[in-house]
Order: sequence, then C-alpha cells, then structure tokens
Amino acid sequence: MTFTRRPGFALSTGITLLGTSLMILLPLAALALKALHARPGTFAAVFSNPRVQTACLFSLGSALAAALFNLVWGTLIAWVLVRYPFPGRRLVDALVDLPFALPTAVAGLTLSSLYGPKGWIGQLLSFPAVYNRTGVVLALSFVSLPFMVRSLQPVLEELPREMEEAAACLGASRWATLRRVVLPQLLPAILSGFALSFARAVGEYGSVVFVSGNLPFKTEIAPLLIVVKLEQYDYDGAVALAVIMLGISLLVLAGIHLLHRRFGEARRYV
Amino acid sequence: MSDLRFPADGVAEPRWLRLSLTAVTVVFMAVFLLLPLVNIFHSALSEGWRVFLASLQDPNAAAAIRLSLLSTFWAVLLSGVFGLAAAWLLGRHRIPGHGLWVAVLDLPFAISPVVAGLMFVLLCGLDGWFGPWLDRHNTQIIFAKPGIILATAFVTFPFVARELLPLVQALGSESEEAARLLGASPLQTFWRVTLPALKWGLLYGVILCASRAMGEFGAVSVVSGHIRGETMTLPLHIEATYNEYQFGAAFACATLLSLMALVSLALKSFVAWRARRDRESA
Repeated sequence: MTFTRRPGFALSTGITLLGTSLMILLPLAALALKALHARPGTFAAVFSNPRVQTACLFSLGSALAAALFNLVWGTLIAWVLVRYPFPGRRLVDALVDLPFALPTAVAGLTLSSLYGPKGWIGQLLSFPAVYNRTGVVLALSFVSLPFMVRSLQPVLEELPREMEEAAACLGASRWATLRRVVLPQLLPAILSGFALSFARAVGEYGSVVFVSGNLPFKTEIAPLLIVVKLEQYDYDGAVALAVIMLGISLLVLAGIHLLHRRFGEARRYV
Repeated sequence: MSDLRFPADGVAEPRWLRLSLTAVTVVFMAVFLLLPLVNIFHSALSEGWRVFLASLQDPNAAAAIRLSLLSTFWAVLLSGVFGLAAAWLLGRHRIPGHGLWVAVLDLPFAISPVVAGLMFVLLCGLDGWFGPWLDRHNTQIIFAKPGIILATAFVTFPFVARELLPLVQALGSESEEAARLLGASPLQTFWRVTLPALKWGLLYGVILCASRAMGEFGAVSVVSGHIRGETMTLPLHIEATYNEYQFGAAFACATLLSLMALVSLALKSFVAWRARRDRESA
C-alpha cells in the first residue's frame, strides 16, 4: 500500500494555479499593462478633467455618506437583534440579508419607484428623493447595510457580559459602561463593517443607475463614467478611471486585512 | 438569552429605552428593507395578471431568462471546482506565499463590477490582447454570450473557496488517515469522508454564488453589448424595459429575481441550521 503524504496536492495545485491565473490575475494584468502602455499624458489629462474629478469626488462622498448612515443604523440593528429579544426577532434577522440577496438592478428599480414622486414613500416626502444625490446615497445605503450589521453581530454575541457586570458592580453608570467597556471592544468590528460598507458602496453600479438620473456633473458616479467612456471608445480614459477605482478598492481591502490581523478575524461575510 | 429579560440596574438599559429602541429598529427595517420588497410585487401586479404573464412570456424576456440560467450554471461550476481545489490546497497544505494567495481570493469582491467587466473587454475585445487572435478564429467573446459567462464567473469565482477554506482548516486529517489505514482508496476517502464533511459548506457557497450570478449587473452590462434576445441577461432586460417606460414588464421580471432572492435566503438559513445541527450531534 502506498501512502501519499500530500493527498490531492498535485491536482489541487494545478486547478488552483490555473483558475487563479486565468480568471483573476490575467484580467488584472490586462488592465495594468493597458495602463502602463497608455499614451503619455493620458492620465494627467483624465485626472485634470473636471467631469472626472466631480464624478470621483461624488462617488467617494456618497459612499462615505452611505457608510455613515450604515454606521448609525447598522449598529442599532445589531445591538437590538443581539441584546433585546422580541417576538419575531429571527424574521427581522433574516430580513437583514435581503439587500445581499436582491439583485442590484431590482433594488434600484424598486427604490426608484418607492421613493419616486408617485411612490408610497415619495408621496409623503416634501423633497424629491430620487434622480438626485439623495437617491444615490439612499441606494448605496440600501445595498451596503448588511455589511455593518453582519460584521458587528457575531462580536456582540460573544461579548462576555461579566465585564459589564463588573463595571456595574464597581459603580459605573450604564452609560459609562457602554462608553468605556463595551464600545472599545466593538470598535474593530465597527471599523471593519464601516470599511466593508464603504468598499461595496464605492464600486456599486447596478442600483445607482436606476435612481440617480445619471446627470454629468451632478449625479454621475465614477463607475458610470467608466461605462460612458467605454461607449465612446475612449479606452485610455476608461482605463485611467478604472485604475483609480482599483487603487481605492485595494487600499480599503488592505485596511480591512490589517484590522483583521490586528484584532483577529471576525466572521467573514460576503 | 432569557436571562436578559429582568436585568439589574446598570447591567442593561432601562425598560423604556429598550422598548423604544426595539420599536425604532423594527419600524426602520420595515420601511427601509421590507417595503421595497413589497413594492416589487405590488407594482408588478398593479397592471393586472394579464400584463404580468405576457411580460414574462415575451420572447426577449424568455431569452434573457435562459441566458441568466446558462451563465449561472457556468459560474457555479467554475466556482465549485476551483473552490474545492483552492480550499484543499490552501487549507491543508503549507505552500509558499500562503497569505498572498488568500488575499488574491478577495480581489473579485473588492473590485467594482464595472472595472471587472472592463478588464475582460481589454483582454478579449477587438483591441484587446487576444482580440486579433480570436478574430482570426472567428470567435467572439465580448458582446456575445461567452463574455457574459466569463464576467459572471469572475465576479462569483471565489465564493465557494471562501466558504470551504475555514471548514477544511477546521476539519483536520485524522478521519481521512483512518479511512486510508482501513484500506480505502484516495478517491473513496474523498467521496466518503472528506466531501460529506464539507457538503453543507459547499452547498452554502453554491447558493451564494448562484444568487449573485443570477443578479450580476455591472460586469455583465459592460461586456454585453445589449443585443435584444441575444446578450441580455434578466437584470439587463429589466433595465432595458425600465428605460422604455415599460414599468409593468420591468417589475414582472423583477418579481422572478426577487422570488429567487427569497428562495436563496430561505435555503441559506436551512443549510446553516442543518450544518449547526450536524456539528452539535457530531
């Protein structure tokens, strides 16, 4: 009887190597080389273009606004779901995953109708909520809300209650306990959820095109501008913008990895 | 958590605060998450059943459904085979550059779908690396079905691997070694020992992968070329009908994807529950 010390090593190495190279690294290399071989001055021209600058700033700003919205509501939802048992909690808990499961085009479609002038919610509002910047932040918040809740929830569940009891026994008020005992332990998970929300929001495309109205200089996000440039066969411009977007994504990804390495990995969630 | 019902002062928030925070959360979730879902079904049926059924039987809608199913099939297959191999390699063997490999698996999640689509245009488009070669062989990838399949597969590629990797790491090799000592062949060991231990994780990854593949929009939109009845997936078909103000048709197709989303949520909870039960009984 022959025993392989490393069962399946050759086969799994082969498939992994082939898959990673063909499906992930090769497309990335195509983008990188295209960027390197762009005509000199292309990047400078693209970055100094006011339309590009507006779109990039708007993308970053609205993703930041959405991540902040999720910071507040996501933290509240996670806290209530873990700490305050109420009837129907499991159903509400399952609802959190809805934006993950719902295709982004469907989310955009229903948000544009719901918050539109004739929609159930849009009718009640005194200001227009779609086809403007509010609509974009709304859609980005909707699609990225689960990241915040799901990165906080497992950490909250495993938080030992004894520390809070000890703080209370030592005379701390509830508010002081929350601020000085609970919050510091939650901070890494909050930061990681914030970063994940932001990363998702900054690259989001499908839901935004339905609610933004797609007006240049007003509600145009960076991914949409890439599509516009491609439709005009401006490949260099599209590549330059894509490289900025990729840079932002990689920075956020590196930040999340550092957080996990520093504070231990929370349950990963896609 | 029943011990939280009657908390001592200072260990939990006062009752009025707990009740009002719970109420605020439930109302927020109902308005912000549930209402959009209800709105899809309400709007789809607001023009009557006849319009609803006709929109789904439209030949372009039917072609879009078929293409979505086709690309989902390939995406799941590729992600599944790659996921099993990658989880096995990275979870069981120490290889050089281990951390870097795991980080590479995160890339498709971090990259904006539009950028992902663009990468395939640069690779296989007419001006791309393989463009001239593909053209000589009369093969079209971009603005055709293969491009849509590739873009979908890229976005969902690491789903299964990321679900399986922690499971393989936790599994250990003792039971496999026992099986081998008892005379099982490597293939038998894989089918009878390893795969059953990974089946719920594999299923969970496949559900995530399929639901994302069915709904992928940005990457597919860039490589599709939007040819009616040819290169439109269901989400792209929804956008096209929406842009033509056929809201009834757009919402009718959206109900299909929403139902799929609800089924995938239910399946995910079921698989997570079975996996937990298996773990507890083991």
